[in-house]
Amino acid sequence: MTIEYTESPSSTPGASGEALLVVDNLHVDFPTDDGVVRAVRGVSYRLRPGEVLGIVGESGSGKSVTSLAVMGLLPRSAMVEGSVKFRGQEMLGLSESGLSRFRGNHVSMIFQDPMSSLNPVYTIGWQIAEALRAHQEMSKEAAHARAIELLEIVGIPNARKRAENFPHEFSGGMRQRAVIAIGMANDPDVIIADEPTTALDVTVQAQVLESLAIARNETGAAMVLITHDLGVVAGQADRVLVMYAGKPVEIGTVSDIYYEPRMPYTLGLLGSLPRLDADQQERLTPIAGAPPSLINLPPGCPFAPRCPLAQAICDEVEPELLPTTSPDHVAACHFSDRLEGIKPSDLFQVTSVDDVALADQSSATATRSDSQPEGGLR
Amino acid sequence: MTAIDERTAAQPSGRGEPVLSVRNLVKHFPVRGSGLLRRQIGVVHAVCDVSFDLFPGETLGLVGESGCGKTTTSRVVLNLQPATSGQVFFEGREISGLKQRDMRRLRREMQLVFQDPYASLDPRMPVNEIVAEPLKIHGRFERNGGRKVAELLRTVGLHPEHGNRYPHEFSGGQRQRIGIARALALEPKVLILDEPVSALDVSIQAGVLNLLEELQNRLRLSFLFVAHDLSVVKHISDRIAVMYLGRIVEIATKDDLFRAPAHPYTQALISAIPIPDPVKERARQRIVVTGDVPSPVDPPSGCRFRTRCPKFANQLSAAEQQRCIEEIPALVDRGQGHPSACHYAEVVDVL
Repeated sequence: MTIEYTESPSSTPGASGEALLVVDNLHVDFPTDDGVVRAVRGVSYRLRPGEVLGIVGESGSGKSVTSLAVMGLLPRSAMVEGSVKFRGQEMLGLSESGLSRFRGNHVSMIFQDPMSSLNPVYTIGWQIAEALRAHQEMSKEAAHARAIELLEIVGIPNARKRAENFPHEFSGGMRQRAVIAIGMANDPDVIIADEPTTALDVTVQAQVLESLAIARNETGAAMVLITHDLGVVAGQADRVLVMYAGKPVEIGTVSDIYYEPRMPYTLGLLGSLPRLDADQQERLTPIAGAPPSLINLPPGCPFAPRCPLAQAICDEVEPELLPTTSPDHVAACHFSDRLEGIKPSDLFQVTSVDDVALADQSSATATRSDSQPEGGLR
Repeated sequence: MTAIDERTAAQPSGRGEPVLSVRNLVKHFPVRGSGLLRRQIGVVHAVCDVSFDLFPGETLGLVGESGCGKTTTSRVVLNLQPATSGQVFFEGREISGLKQRDMRRLRREMQLVFQDPYASLDPRMPVNEIVAEPLKIHGRFERNGGRKVAELLRTVGLHPEHGNRYPHEFSGGQRQRIGIARALALEPKVLILDEPVSALDVSIQAGVLNLLEELQNRLRLSFLFVAHDLSVVKHISDRIAVMYLGRIVEIATKDDLFRAPAHPYTQALISAIPIPDPVKERARQRIVVTGDVPSPVDPPSGCRFRTRCPKFANQLSAAEQQRCIEEIPALVDRGQGHPSACHYAEVVDVL
């Protein structure tokens, strides 16, 4: 099945071999009193120029920790291994000053909560100008003028006056747009957006997504879009990486993931979404159980306890990401070939009970809720 | 006002008497100054002239963005906060202004499920105790109380054997089930669900939604389902009321609302929700609403949506706009088969 859709204007996906950002076998561990939390367990991806890579997964799947590790923003207690290369240069292990050359200039980040990424005691205009002057030789006046220009670009009405406002005088959507303006200020090559619209109402989300698209067009940057909203990814991403228990379990083009998922978890996620476009009363097919604790993860596939396809081998060997029908579409499942042409309702049951994983689950969730690294870092 | 007739006109027939009726409900909160006297310097118009009916066995979705007054509406309906004016009837009996003691008797019939399953369960009580608490308060625990609690846990899809564990030992979805079991303990007729699944991950949320549907079919419960997520509301509701800045702007059966949305806000809301289907999602035309929700302390005159309304800004003449500025649009049927509060209501296909 080939699917055509209107390509986002700046995207040049496909064969261009040179990758901007290469993440290779990234591991992040957090030592805690209960044991080592293995938050990220081997993430690899290549971001090509101009493309949008969507990273989806549920809370605790390690998607935020992955991008914080890429930016070098994790606390010192975190143990990070692997490699993050920007245009061939290693970023992991760089000193703070070394990292500063990458941050902003080449790779910039937009966080979920705009209130905590803006400084409450400086005006919006000052903060954008500061970002400019930190990375470029620029007079104060020029930086201020450019700040107003940036605010106009991201769609803040009356930008000249608004630049004099403090963050608390902005609404949530406008703050997030101001953060986007800071993110694009130094013309980065990569923008990492971590749940950029999660804290916002849907009508405001639509506005902010538009601003993000403008930012990408203006800078030509590639983007890593981290979100739990499969609807947002469907509209924005060129390729999608699905994470589960700290590992990518499926990577493919957006149509691979949505129309031909080859990992039961992806299929289950799609089946558990209530959809606006469903004509008749469709029944939802939840995934029984809950994600595993990342402390003392047992061997085998981490999704096996919740998976309707699970066999004996799934409890013993953790599957690698292997190519499926198309080479760019990889899935980590021993039985991915069995998912060809399968709908969520063929595999998962319409159930309302939640007792499958409860027996061995409850003690695990206890420790997780205390020491879940992602929750603590946000 | 003729609101009642219009609203009953929007009902599917054969549902009998409403179990819960809300008429012209108003809730204002005072805004006080910071001086010594803390004089009142303004009023938050949280809920304004809201009327609706809830019928036995149906789900009415109350949807809107943050600050639109949907949660306040649910609190006032339960008399947890006194209404500024307006009436709430439970099975024909007025309950607004009832005394604490009389209200307590009514609480058996109407129960609330909260949004945050981490905050709404007492961490020091084992689950059995949590679920038994309403039974004890209302003197219904007695001889076979323990068996009743076990039955309730089974009803919401949990193992009764886990009843002596504490809330922290359960995942978010399981905790929300415990909250539902507690709400069901007194066999209420109405459940008011305030964002019951918005704190949960999608794969877990689906199970809780299925549970709610199943409970409704089995126990013939009525749900007032308050949420901001239109996809979830569409999935579970029979009828949907869309709120904006304290007012209901459109109310219709689920099918009508999505097939023929008449109010510009409803249209914008539906069109803003991303669909998890790349081809459909990229082919859609967005109706983009500018700006943010105005402050409820000083809501716009006339139609409260006019400051953000794409129709007001782009399509209406100055003379037509004048009407939006001066006259509050009533929630009546304007030829689309269901009530909407827009002077220039017109169906637009947005899906």
